[in-house]
Amino acid sequence: MGDMPIIDEAKCQRCGLCVSICVCGALVMEDNAVKVIQVENCGWCTMCELVCPNGAISCPFEIVVETTRD
Amino acid sequence: MAVNLDSLKSLPYFSGLSESVLLSVNQHVFEKKAERGEILVFEGEPAETLYFVVAGVVKVFKTSADGKEQIYRIIRPGDSFNDVPILADGVNLASAAAMSAVVLNGIKKKDLEAVSREYPQVALNIIKVLSLRVEELVSLVEDFSFRRVSGRVAKILLEHTGNGGGERPRLTQQEMAAMIGTAREMVGRSFRSLEEEGAIRIERNRIIIVNQEILKKIAGITG
Repeated sequence: MGDMPIIDEAKCQRCGLCVSICVCGALVMEDNAVKVIQVENCGWCTMCELVCPNGAISCPFEIVVETTRD
Repeated sequence: MAVNLDSLKSLPYFSGLSESVLLSVNQHVFEKKAERGEILVFEGEPAETLYFVVAGVVKVFKTSADGKEQIYRIIRPGDSFNDVPILADGVNLASAAAMSAVVLNGIKKKDLEAVSREYPQVALNIIKVLSLRVEELVSLVEDFSFRRVSGRVAKILLEHTGNGGGERPRLTQQEMAAMIGTAREMVGRSFRSLEEEGAIRIERNRIIIVNQEILKKIAGITG
């Protein structure tokens, strides 16, 4: 399973902006809390991280060096 | 016409106004709803309306000649967009689109002018809003002109590269921005620039350094 955006529940104010802009349906509001669902088509657009006014969502990048195959 | 008074008085444009003045202003304010993806303002068209976001998120963006979109601002509830061209008698400087279903409050240019003439507090509030915009833009200009943001992002990528084993460092764009003292948007822009220069490739949540020499050169690292 692929990595998904990470919610910091302590920072999340449940405003729902991230849920409203998520185009792949990975973020949903359940029981007055934002939940992340594993979906195949999350393209890591990072818009949820961008719109969150509280810095409660992280979309971290792994940084690697390309390995060449001879 | 007329919208919820509570949402109106929470806007910086109309803060500090008495109830009676708010009621008067409110006669000129209208509500507009839009679906995700709907274009709300087209770049280059005459600026006619100042908008406030009540619910949802709006992006202000420009599209380059080759079709690439650059987001300039994210407008959340309580914030406004299209301020400058409305007050400058100009055309829309950028386009704006709904990133989700949105509820907006709008006021026509001629009505805003009439209200600010009648109620000086509104004019003072406008000056404050514009001052904040200028501060944001000065910060952006500083990024463009004095700091080689792409070079600093390149340096961070080189310093935080996983070695193929053990725990690999993972960084958000916000964290990188904080590390080099710039705006998150500048980091995203640098990613695209570094990709175009052939230094990196982005595959979902992986930044792959495809040419370390180019990246080092951009980072100003010699040897």
